[in-house]
Amino acid sequence: MSELEANHAEEPHIVSPKIYAMIAATLLICTGLTVAASYLELGPWNAVVALGIAVFKATLVVLFFMHIKYSSNLMKLTVGAGLFTFLALVGMSMSDYISRAWGSF
Amino acid sequence: MSSIVSLPDQTTARIPKRNYLTNENGILSWLLTGDHKRIAILYLISITFFFFIGGALAALIRLELLTPQSDLMAADTYNKVFSMHGIIMIFLFLVPSVPATLGNFLIPIMVGAKDLAFPKINLLSWYLYLIGGGMTLWAMISGGVDTGWTFTVPLSTHYLNTNVVTTGLAIFVAGFSSIFTGLNFIVTIHRMRAPGMTWFKLPLFVWSNYAASILMVLGTPVLAITLVLVVLERTIGIGVFDPTKGGDPILFQHLFWFYSHPAVYIMILPGMGVISEVISTFSRKRVFGYSAVAFSSVAIAVFGFFVWEHHMFIMGVSNYSTLIFSLLTMLVAVPSAIKIFNWAFTLYKGSITFETPMLYAFGFMGLFTIGGLTGVFLGSSGTDIHLTETYFIVAHFHFVMVGGMLMAFLSGIHFWWPKMTGRMYPEKLSQLAAVVTFIGFNFTFFPQFLLGMLGMPRRYAAYPPEFQVLNVFSTAGATILGVGYLLPMIYLVWSLKYGQIAGNNPWQATGLEWQIQSPPLTENFIEIPVVTQDAYDYEWLERQKEREVTQVG
Repeated sequence: MSELEANHAEEPHIVSPKIYAMIAATLLICTGLTVAASYLELGPWNAVVALGIAVFKATLVVLFFMHIKYSSNLMKLTVGAGLFTFLALVGMSMSDYISRAWGSF
Repeated sequence: MSSIVSLPDQTTARIPKRNYLTNENGILSWLLTGDHKRIAILYLISITFFFFIGGALAALIRLELLTPQSDLMAADTYNKVFSMHGIIMIFLFLVPSVPATLGNFLIPIMVGAKDLAFPKINLLSWYLYLIGGGMTLWAMISGGVDTGWTFTVPLSTHYLNTNVVTTGLAIFVAGFSSIFTGLNFIVTIHRMRAPGMTWFKLPLFVWSNYAASILMVLGTPVLAITLVLVVLERTIGIGVFDPTKGGDPILFQHLFWFYSHPAVYIMILPGMGVISEVISTFSRKRVFGYSAVAFSSVAIAVFGFFVWEHHMFIMGVSNYSTLIFSLLTMLVAVPSAIKIFNWAFTLYKGSITFETPMLYAFGFMGLFTIGGLTGVFLGSSGTDIHLTETYFIVAHFHFVMVGGMLMAFLSGIHFWWPKMTGRMYPEKLSQLAAVVTFIGFNFTFFPQFLLGMLGMPRRYAAYPPEFQVLNVFSTAGATILGVGYLLPMIYLVWSLKYGQIAGNNPWQATGLEWQIQSPPLTENFIEIPVVTQDAYDYEWLERQKEREVTQVG
């Protein structure tokens, strides 16, 4: 990549205050939803719902507040690498937790 | 014996007046420097200091194990000594060894940049390292810690009254030092390559440090979180790892080994980079299968995240996941073998010479192969049950880490010493040191394989008398090994004043770092190089030399 292109890619994308306000409002609404969901009796699904909402909120923060939506593919890849590592940690650990009660072969 | 060393005429040669060492003077010019080369030197001094502390502790361990009874020190003192040996050697020596010294010094030069991307973060990483190291020393002096280097719960959270919190926080801090180093390397390699320096023209040292950096950045935070959880468990009893509060002690092991298995690749990958450079230079050939070696580094980094449970086969994890992880573990053998085979093929029909870095590199290849193949024994879940927690495992990781990594580190230090200091080390004496190290190493650690097969457990101050003969062998070997490590310490310091002037390129090597003066200027290059040649292109080097001659004529 020539220097000119590199500079072009780095040009900061300006996000309008309107978008920021919309995201902030969405986050607040989701917080309300989390509180509301905690009053429902869903058994084991309570945690799933709460975590689901939290993941959605985190995604919004990463995409808009942290500007990943407007960043270069390299930045997206970097974030993806972190996510991939996290999924490896949780997913592979789960291979132990879900099968521990199965006993021996 | 033939040699490729070409030094300038010693009667007229001078160290260049202006270089990174003489550019500024005074202690503050070192402590506040942003120059990657000076930070590398600061790191070199610090890790050498910690290496000798860790080495002294190793000497105590071997002396204690000279006799079957626990007579040199009490059993709990022994626990503290081996814990501190592990903690210092792993977190304060092996993890920063090659990346923070040689990597810091060389990566910007190898990619053709003036410095790392974030010089101040680089300096900060050294200070964090010192804070972490200082806290570790404080923990050792003020009573020690006896968890082993693994901080295993519930031992570390419920049963010990030693300095677990201080040591845990020390490693937390030192971890950030390594994250910052990794971050700096990744950004530098991505964004600061000289014009024409494409990914596949990078020296393999850069590739392997890049792979290690990825592991540092992605893995170390997990360790940091885990250690914080241990500290919180001890101080306020949050219960993540406590079954009485709904936690799970094995969760600690998952989290800990999720970092600490990739950590062994953080330690070994930069060493493999050194070996690639050295093998190529001293056999005058391009590394066989350059791209295979480059990608095998990345493959080791990726696979490294999927095998951690092989440390836990006997800890109560599920049989089914043991099966999966045992199979996945075998995957790591593939890229490691690619490297070893490719180095061997590089040697094939090469013009091999036996200077000190090459001797250490040969040591690496042999010992790392033994260490790696015994890893297959341990990765197979069946044999692991017999061998784990015995001296077999101690021998295995010392073959990989000491026989592999330390050999690679010493190889690299000797190889780039002329570049870092402008002076040569004494060749004959250093060849002797390399041989002494190799012999001492095998004497020390090979008997431990046998001890492990016979069933001697690790981490005990006393052992049944029938194991004594092999333990005496091992301790005797450790004294030889100690001489092997003291020798370079002495003659390298000696060479700072009395060594021969090295000139720019004593090894006739092709890397960009050898095309500039030694020691380099603070800004590395007078003008940013434009790279047209491939890595390890010795014909290009010949043409360069011819052109120099014609220009002078």
